[in-house]
Amino acid sequence: MASPIIEMRGLTKRFPGVLANDEVSLSLHSGEIVALLGENGAGKSTLVNMVYGLLTPDEGSILVDGEEVNIRSPRHAIDLGIGMVHQHFMLVNPLTVTENIVLGAEPTRLGAIDFPAARASVRELSSQYGLKIDPDAVVRDLAVGMQQRAEILKALHRDARVLILDEPTAVLTPQEVRELFSVVRSLVADGLSVVFITHKLEEVMSIADRVVVMRDGAVVGETRPADTDMAGLARMMVGRDVVFRVEKKPSRCGDTVLEVNDLSVLDERRLEAVKGVSFSVCAGEIVAIAGVSGNGQAELVEAITGLRRPAAGTIALKGKDITHGTAREAIETGVSHVPEDRHRRGLVLEFNLMENMILGDHRLAPYSKRGVFDYNVISEVSKKRIADYDVRTPSERVKAEALSGGNQQKVVLARELGRDPDLLVAAQPTRGLDVGAIEFVHSQILAERDSGKAVLLISLELEEVQSLADRILVMFEGRIVREFEAGEASDEELGYFMTGGGGAKFAEATVEGGAVDG
Amino acid sequence: MAEPSVATRGQKIAHLLRELAVPVVSVMLAMGIGSVIMLVAGYDPLVAFPAMLKGAFGGGRQIGETLLRATPLMFTGLAVAYGFRAGLFNIGAEGQLFLGGLSAAWLGIVLAGLPQPFNIVMMLLAGAAIGAAWAFVPALLKAKVGAHEVITTMMFTYIGRYIVSWLVTGPLKAPGQIPQTSQLPPESTLPRMHDLFGFLAVSRVHLGFVIGVLVAMLLWWVLKYTTLGYEARAVGLNPWASETGGISVPSTTIKALCISGALAGLAGVTEVMGVHYRLHDQFSAGFGFTGIAVALLAKNNPLGVIAAAILFGALSAGAGTMQLEAFVPTKVIFIIQALIILFVAAEQLARWIIGRTRRVGVEHAS
Ligand SMILES: Nc1ncnc2c1ncn2[C@@H]1O[C@H](COP(=O)(O)OP(=O)(O)O)[C@@H](O)[C@H]1O
Ligand SMILES: [Mg+2]
Repeated sequence: MASPIIEMRGLTKRFPGVLANDEVSLSLHSGEIVALLGENGAGKSTLVNMVYGLLTPDEGSILVDGEEVNIRSPRHAIDLGIGMVHQHFMLVNPLTVTENIVLGAEPTRLGAIDFPAARASVRELSSQYGLKIDPDAVVRDLAVGMQQRAEILKALHRDARVLILDEPTAVLTPQEVRELFSVVRSLVADGLSVVFITHKLEEVMSIADRVVVMRDGAVVGETRPADTDMAGLARMMVGRDVVFRVEKKPSRCGDTVLEVNDLSVLDERRLEAVKGVSFSVCAGEIVAIAGVSGNGQAELVEAITGLRRPAAGTIALKGKDITHGTAREAIETGVSHVPEDRHRRGLVLEFNLMENMILGDHRLAPYSKRGVFDYNVISEVSKKRIADYDVRTPSERVKAEALSGGNQQKVVLARELGRDPDLLVAAQPTRGLDVGAIEFVHSQILAERDSGKAVLLISLELEEVQSLADRILVMFEGRIVREFEAGEASDEELGYFMTGGGGAKFAEATVEGGAVDG
Repeated sequence: MAEPSVATRGQKIAHLLRELAVPVVSVMLAMGIGSVIMLVAGYDPLVAFPAMLKGAFGGGRQIGETLLRATPLMFTGLAVAYGFRAGLFNIGAEGQLFLGGLSAAWLGIVLAGLPQPFNIVMMLLAGAAIGAAWAFVPALLKAKVGAHEVITTMMFTYIGRYIVSWLVTGPLKAPGQIPQTSQLPPESTLPRMHDLFGFLAVSRVHLGFVIGVLVAMLLWWVLKYTTLGYEARAVGLNPWASETGGISVPSTTIKALCISGALAGLAGVTEVMGVHYRLHDQFSAGFGFTGIAVALLAKNNPLGVIAAAILFGALSAGAGTMQLEAFVPTKVIFIIQALIILFVAAEQLARWIIGRTRRVGVEHAS
């Protein structure tokens, strides 16, 4: 085989208290897609950040085209033909796509930026690799998938031969993922090499030529998709066997817990986001709302949890009307909420785990009496929950921001389930988590159901919906367009209704016939 | 209620040192640059700083003077710090302070003849209440329509100051030429501390200082051990998560800004009761604004506010001696104060310098 474009030899990187990379070696050949697979915190970003000049290795060396280089800065990496799209995009929001792409490498004419030339070059690149994008759109107004394209184009504009994508699919819809994959394939067909970082197994199986698996800062294995399967990859990544489809007893539906009737909710722009939705959830049942993001699920959740005032309709919990209640009243009546965005809504990142564990219950005994905290109790409860929910942390006094995403989510779950609610509203409870953590979260949600709680699950992941739900409600453009029993619908069928297949017709029929929600 | 100690004493001390590093380095940097400025201007810092130190801590009287000047800054520093903890910038402590002073100057006369302890308690409560009331309208505007408190509390400062100006030149004016209120009867004043602590000699420091320290300790406890303080901190750090956790952001905002206003009101009360014994419209040397610097230097920690207020008090008390003995204009002290604020605000810079020195230290060690 020809000599690799990039070779990392024994790279080691230490952070205070963490060995983030332990003598990691990896090589990348031209025209190759290498998937870098590992749980959150395995050290994937650290490794590529060293290659991109953002971090300096403590030990080891990096060879580009067989020559040892000391990559000092991203600028230097770019000069060496290495481009990278970060987990968090680095675009200038108020500028247009073209401006962003040429920023730092502007074609100039008489000292001024030559915009026609810039636009032309963006057009050319974008048609060459099937990266369709409007060069004059302002970045702020673009969907995430489009912003990612702009990032990729930016790297290509700088003549990257190697493209590093750090968890590129974390923010994409399934459709956008498919488009990204075809872009990546056309890039390698043209001779580029791609490092594709992910913790999602099915992505590795479908895109990678070669898989390098990392765990706890070290490379634990290397293989080809053809030589393994998802279970094999999962075992390598987590270090033990992983259950994919959870074993589920049939649900025993008890009393109705949540009853939503003809509910309408407005969004920030005062447009109707939820349009007359009715459904109920009974004790011991998981009802999943499946839908593509932005079809009213977020507003529905906010209405049920008291964060947003409905415009019309009613919400009742165990027969008690909570339509216009506050979030505090919702919590106190028995609604627990695992919010979609745990950093924004789920946790106070600068609070320690004890303080986060009581958020929402902090006014109640035994945590506080007459407004004064009893830290002995709080610390004991926190320790117990940390143990019960297997939160990996040195102590309950660590700030939440110091934990990995999976452990942060466990803190939120521990708090919301520890409260012993009647209804659990879980919005995207496994977003951004790795398989080990997903397995844990799923088993906890099922345990809640089996102990007679009502669960309303909101998820974009069909896999999750299919494996957990007893009933599936498909939401499209603010309406529930279909209802399925567990196992009744295939992924394709769900996807069809989620994307409005038959939805438009259905909506018309609803208007004309007055028949609402199946 | 007691917090079980898990961290070892060593860890706790290390944590404390890390917390202290930025303020201490900022003060040292400011002094260093202040020295350079003195040198350039032809003064000798090696004479000036010892003179200042002598003026601030050289004896009982000097220490007393330092604490006297620290007292109003402690209250306004606490006021601003509490606001910051809840994510609010109460830039209008000065106005709340004026209203607090006004209430004391009026109530002190009304309560003439009643026992001193009773008067002290009543006047403190009334000043806190009116300070809170003066912050209430901006708080309400913030909570209901989102009007920014920096604008509204500042506006209320103007309103408050002009109301006081009008009252002391008109309705509440004492007989005579000077625009000021009548002198308070002794039973409506705060006793001086040299009656309690002989070593403070004949300095003017009064009971207000002790009250300030107690209030700071109380506030520290409130922030750490009560649901009231917890909700304020939660809203200050992450209003969305607070809302999700059932905390009402508007009502927490209102409570926090009113508490901040009450603390600033106390600054006015203690100045009137302990220093001037009456109200005139120059009775505050911008304490409300210096309080912002005190809070910044203290990193919004109530106990830190005690230390920061004493430092600012010392700078101000020592400035006179420095001018007398080293002929350095007192304005140099303002420069040093401004530099301290600059460095604390530019915490990143201080951190960078700390990081560098530490790295250098490690390299030398290895
Ligand atoms: N800048 C940093 N400072 C301290 N620790 C870090 C830093 N960056 C990463 N880490 C730690 O290094 C480990 C590897 O992190 P990372 O490379 O981001 O993992 P991955 O990208 O695989 O999720 C984690 O334990 C993380 O907490
Ligand atoms: Mg990463």
